[in-house]
Amino acid sequence: MPRKTLKGRLIYSGKGSGRVLKSDVPLGLFGHLDPKTGVYHEAGHPLDGKCVKGRILAFPRAKGSTVGSYILYALRKTGKAPAAILLRECDTIVAVGSIIGSIPTVDRVDIAALPDGALVKVEGREVSLASH
Amino acid sequence: MKLSPSQRAILSGKKGRGAAKAMEILAALGRIHGAADMVPVTSVQVSGVSYNNIGEHGLAFLEEWAGMGSRAVVTATMNPGGADRRIWKSLGFPAAFVRKQERVIKALEALGITPTLTCTPYHVGVVPKLGEHVAWAESSAVCYANSVLGARTNREGGPSAIAAALAGCTPRHSLHTDAGRRPTRIVKVGCPVPTAADAGALGYLIGRLVSPDPGGGVPFIQGVEPPSGLERQAWLKALGAGMAASGSVGLFHLDGVTADAVALGSRLTKGVKVKSVIKELGEGYRALHRGQGRLDLVALGCPHASLDDLARIARLLRGKKAKVPFWIFVAEAVRLQAQAVGVAASLERCGATLVADTCMVVAPLKDLGIRILATDSAKAAFYLASHHGASVYFGPLEQNVAAALKGAWPKDQHA
Repeated sequence: MPRKTLKGRLIYSGKGSGRVLKSDVPLGLFGHLDPKTGVYHEAGHPLDGKCVKGRILAFPRAKGSTVGSYILYALRKTGKAPAAILLRECDTIVAVGSIIGSIPTVDRVDIAALPDGALVKVEGREVSLASH
Repeated sequence: MKLSPSQRAILSGKKGRGAAKAMEILAALGRIHGAADMVPVTSVQVSGVSYNNIGEHGLAFLEEWAGMGSRAVVTATMNPGGADRRIWKSLGFPAAFVRKQERVIKALEALGITPTLTCTPYHVGVVPKLGEHVAWAESSAVCYANSVLGARTNREGGPSAIAAALAGCTPRHSLHTDAGRRPTRIVKVGCPVPTAADAGALGYLIGRLVSPDPGGGVPFIQGVEPPSGLERQAWLKALGAGMAASGSVGLFHLDGVTADAVALGSRLTKGVKVKSVIKELGEGYRALHRGQGRLDLVALGCPHASLDDLARIARLLRGKKAKVPFWIFVAEAVRLQAQAVGVAASLERCGATLVADTCMVVAPLKDLGIRILATDSAKAAFYLASHHGASVYFGPLEQNVAAALKGAWPKDQHA
């Protein structure tokens, strides 16, 4: 199967594959993403009610409290972590959370080129997209 | 980013798993922020200590990190936790909460961090000098260290500060560099700013004003100066705390007053094009002073009060008795000093309580049944409303003392 490959900047190295769960608007970790269930809660947000478990979570950047790093750590512990995180601009909160939660993370990725639901493989700083 | 051989050794696990995790975090943050290398630090101040803020997940993470066996290699202190470790019971803190809080402190102590439990390490003997590199996390202390003392630190988070403590270094970028400390904007103040509360309101307005600037903004402030005497330090603390709360300022320059401004003179503002004017503080007071209803508590000491502050409060009370609960937050080391010199006893005779190890911003206020507060701190007023949904009266110290003695907020002096 031919693949399209995007390259970003490595934040936390690892391998992950799954279907893209995409938000075009920033994501709040603390207070929105429930580590017990992996479900995102924010009224009016495109990811409201969606579960991040095993998904390639793609969003432009994070917003909100610095305690958000611990949410990514907690998702790893509860087994509800996303397979990888792709974003446009990674901040300290997500970077620390990815490392302590061991979640493969790449930033400076063209989120617009990733259709929601597409099958994606992340390896190091390479993001490959199955094309049909 | 360039790592020295000893830093690479830490990364590869030669100094233990905990230190390796620390270096991994620092290297990633250095990469994101474009740091050329690491800079050694002389002290670290760790935030994210209150169980009320970090919760079960934060505690689990700290206990796991502590279990890896690495310890701080430089002086490292803790921000306030969620409860007074000695008199929590008489203040009404729930025992279950205090047990969780003690576990957080124990984990941090295992990481080699000293339980000073204060946002003012500079009141308990950790006073970095001009040009000294440190890694501090508490936002008001970051502002004080960078601006008033001329030390160099970025605004660290809890984990990145712990990482700096275990590795003894931090990525060199932003406020660690000359370029990162250049003003992004000149702010001219065209109104009197006599009290520390006024300085807090001014800080609140400046923080909002400069937040779109690169790196969250580095204001160069002209047209005001702090009062002389005992209130000088309180005024400077309040100014920085206000702008660190409403924006993400980590350094301000005050013309002729703060360390870099004095050391560099007119060289500091060369080529700074953006200019703004603040003509009055009314907008700040209107945003922060929104109290309604009967006072549950008068809360002073945000940032934590100094011995000088306590002496001023004792003088304003003039031996009269407070009619509502009146708490003054301090570092335990300052409470002990206040007890030694007799200020604590005179405050207690007036019905004031010195509360250590915590503060109104990070304590579990709802559990304590506190919803309506008075304070002289713009930072506290900001977070009490936004994080705790509290109703807050905000005004100068004199008005807060009057409120405590009257049992209600007195008529406003500020138009």
